[in-house]
Amino acid sequence: MPDRSLAPEIKDAVEYKIELKRPDTFSLDNGVKVYNVQAGTEEVVQIEWVFKAGNWFDSKKNVSSAANFLIKNGTSKKSAYEINEFVDFYGAYLNRNCFNETAVVTLHCLTRQLAQLLPLVREIFTDAIFPEEELLIYRQNMKQKLAVNLRKCDFVAGRKIDELLFGFKHPYGVYSFETDYDEIQVEDLKKFYAQYYQKGHCTVFSAGILPKDYQQLMNQFFGDLPFNQKPLENIEHPIVSDNQKKWNIINDEEGVQGAIRIARLFPTRKHPDFPKVQVLNTLFGGFFGSRLMTNIREDKGYTYGIYSFLVNHIQSSAWMISTEAGRTVCEATINEVYHEMKQLREGDIDEEELMLVKNYLIGTLLGDLDGPFHIIGRWKNLILNDLDDSFFYHSVDTIKNISAAELKELANKYLHPEDFYELVVV
Amino acid sequence: MIKFERFVLGNGLKVLVHPDPSTPMAVVNVLYDVGARDEVPAKTGFAHLFEHLMFGGSVNIPDYDEPLQVAGGENNAYTTNDLTNYYCQLPADNLETAFWLESDRMLSLAFSKKSLDVQRKVVCEEFKEHYINKPYGDVWHTMRELAYKEHPYRWMTIGKELSHIENATLEDVKAFFFKHYTPINAILVVAGNVSVDQVKTLAEKWFGDIPSGEQYKRNLPAEPQQAEARRLTVHRNVPMDAIYKTWHMCARRDDDYYATDLLTDILGGGASSRLYQSLVKEQQLFANINCYHFGSLDKGLLTIEGQLIKGVDMQKAEDAIELELDKVRKELLDDRELQKVKNKTESVMAFEDMSVMNRAGSLAFYELLGDGELMNSEFQKYQHVKSEDLHRIANEVLTANNSNTLWYLSDNK
Repeated sequence: MPDRSLAPEIKDAVEYKIELKRPDTFSLDNGVKVYNVQAGTEEVVQIEWVFKAGNWFDSKKNVSSAANFLIKNGTSKKSAYEINEFVDFYGAYLNRNCFNETAVVTLHCLTRQLAQLLPLVREIFTDAIFPEEELLIYRQNMKQKLAVNLRKCDFVAGRKIDELLFGFKHPYGVYSFETDYDEIQVEDLKKFYAQYYQKGHCTVFSAGILPKDYQQLMNQFFGDLPFNQKPLENIEHPIVSDNQKKWNIINDEEGVQGAIRIARLFPTRKHPDFPKVQVLNTLFGGFFGSRLMTNIREDKGYTYGIYSFLVNHIQSSAWMISTEAGRTVCEATINEVYHEMKQLREGDIDEEELMLVKNYLIGTLLGDLDGPFHIIGRWKNLILNDLDDSFFYHSVDTIKNISAAELKELANKYLHPEDFYELVVV
Repeated sequence: MIKFERFVLGNGLKVLVHPDPSTPMAVVNVLYDVGARDEVPAKTGFAHLFEHLMFGGSVNIPDYDEPLQVAGGENNAYTTNDLTNYYCQLPADNLETAFWLESDRMLSLAFSKKSLDVQRKVVCEEFKEHYINKPYGDVWHTMRELAYKEHPYRWMTIGKELSHIENATLEDVKAFFFKHYTPINAILVVAGNVSVDQVKTLAEKWFGDIPSGEQYKRNLPAEPQQAEARRLTVHRNVPMDAIYKTWHMCARRDDDYYATDLLTDILGGGASSRLYQSLVKEQQLFANINCYHFGSLDKGLLTIEGQLIKGVDMQKAEDAIELELDKVRKELLDDRELQKVKNKTESVMAFEDMSVMNRAGSLAFYELLGDGELMNSEFQKYQHVKSEDLHRIANEVLTANNSNTLWYLSDNK
């Protein structure tokens, strides 16, 4: 019988050498770069076409997201149904997502079906027509979706905190009202599509088991398109944070929980403190064993979960704490968050706790690099932030080497309650 | 093809090993053959509450999470109406840490009063967050009670009501543990950068001496054949009307499962499905509509749910659904449409198998169904389905007498 009171020997995860496999890269005839991670066990592929077509480029609210959503809802040759049926018939998924700087079209399919599907993707990048009927349906359905979401305290809190941090006119802080959807016209979509897709800026990220003639296929279908021809216009959006720091909003009189957001602006990845604060954040509220979770969930039982994180924006980040807590314990929860900030500023982090966080971070990093889709995901994030793997390796070194004293210093620099917006939406 | 080896310890614990040297990680997945269906009506939500308590310390180890995190690992767990599954992933060199932690909590929990007190509150907040404080949050609570009169699927895993969780005692916890959390009722899957010999040695060392426990004999009340259509209308503070319709369908192990699964895809699986194309795009009666099922181990529910466009009459919307159902009851589908949903299924299965963690979880699930090897033959069964099978299922399942209809009406128009 083993002695169960003794933990088995472990190899500290920090002793692992972590490697981020480099993608193969090639350029199409028009200069579009393709990053490709060829790996995996299943005969599947994922290809993402990333356009500089996020809401950063909106001249009217929601045009970027509507154009992205409706890009596959009709070409001059195929109806929305015919496109959907075609994609479904080949067991594929053609998804689209609109973010702040970028808008993405993603294809997932079995490797053997790729050649059949690429002509369709080309068609939607060259010949989308945005039928009026499709726009009307979109408007109606988005309005209803919004109406339902507005009943959720976490949704309302999520958009309000962004507004407080960045300002309502900033792409990171803006949000929609039902009436906004009525303003979008087919002409807006066509104009946006022409500028930001047809003649837009595109980068391709792919992963999985790609066919042997992949490079040739991509060049055949996308190499002659007028992408990346003109330099991208430089659009600046000033950040205008709100003057009022504390907010209490009643969204639902009968609500039994409050959505709490506590947040401050934070510099981008390029700031030297960023990788170090990633470690401090993990210890503070970034994982299940964090101080916030241990205190507020596992000791007090105020919430099902509480997390802190650095917001993944390119131009300016934010440090945010997020939870839903029982209505009667919202105030107590906020006090405990501030108490944990104070502990980090004034107390000492013992070596054991720091080592746990380091091992956890390196261990999850190892696990996150499992499989081609995860690897290309890392690269996409680096490249879109104008970084390379030296940033990745610097982050790994930071995790391995940072000291408790440095973390305390960072806590004293950044974790002051008066610098944070505090919002409760019931 | 997922390759694995299986062996059984003297105490009855089934162990499956799936080596994959392409990853530096190892996954340890422990499935317990117990879910919310094994609860008694007066103490619902217990299997799930218990899952929380499994992290509150075991007999020799005061805390589960901390040593795992020190070893560079992370973990989670989930409870369904059918089963409870725990999984962790960590660097393969530290595999033994996972064996130490998982075996100790199979041996016995600490049964700490503090842990129970706190987790009762945490689960109550989870209940509120997902089912009370969300629009349409009580739909499945309502629908399960409408559709099931006898079978314990009539309550949700989170529990029937908050008080059941609030009233849970340490005695309940202990009894539940020794009844269900035993080697004979568990399946252990180890996957990733591991060898079969290594896993055999570790399994014997850490799990070998845990008392076998008694085989749990599941004897659940069968749901009587439904004899007439059931309908219910509720009024709630939500912005839009919604409709939910369910029909009793076969169990997961039934031969008809595959045709039934494909039928739900034909009706409501994605943007080219019949209900979406007809009711959202062409007739514009719904903002969204879906058809799905939960893959329940006992007889489950084929479900259609849709949110109406504001101002659309509920009866008109329901009639339009029925008209689409008429088509699958009356006409055989053509080869292309059948091939489409089979292709989709093949693709879903390939993408699901991308990560070691998913493969480990799937192996445990198929072993619970009877044999981990089923994971490799599953798609063949879909391949064999014919249009005639879907036609027959549509006529057997999608009948009025077998249906439960919930009109979920907005009370603030």
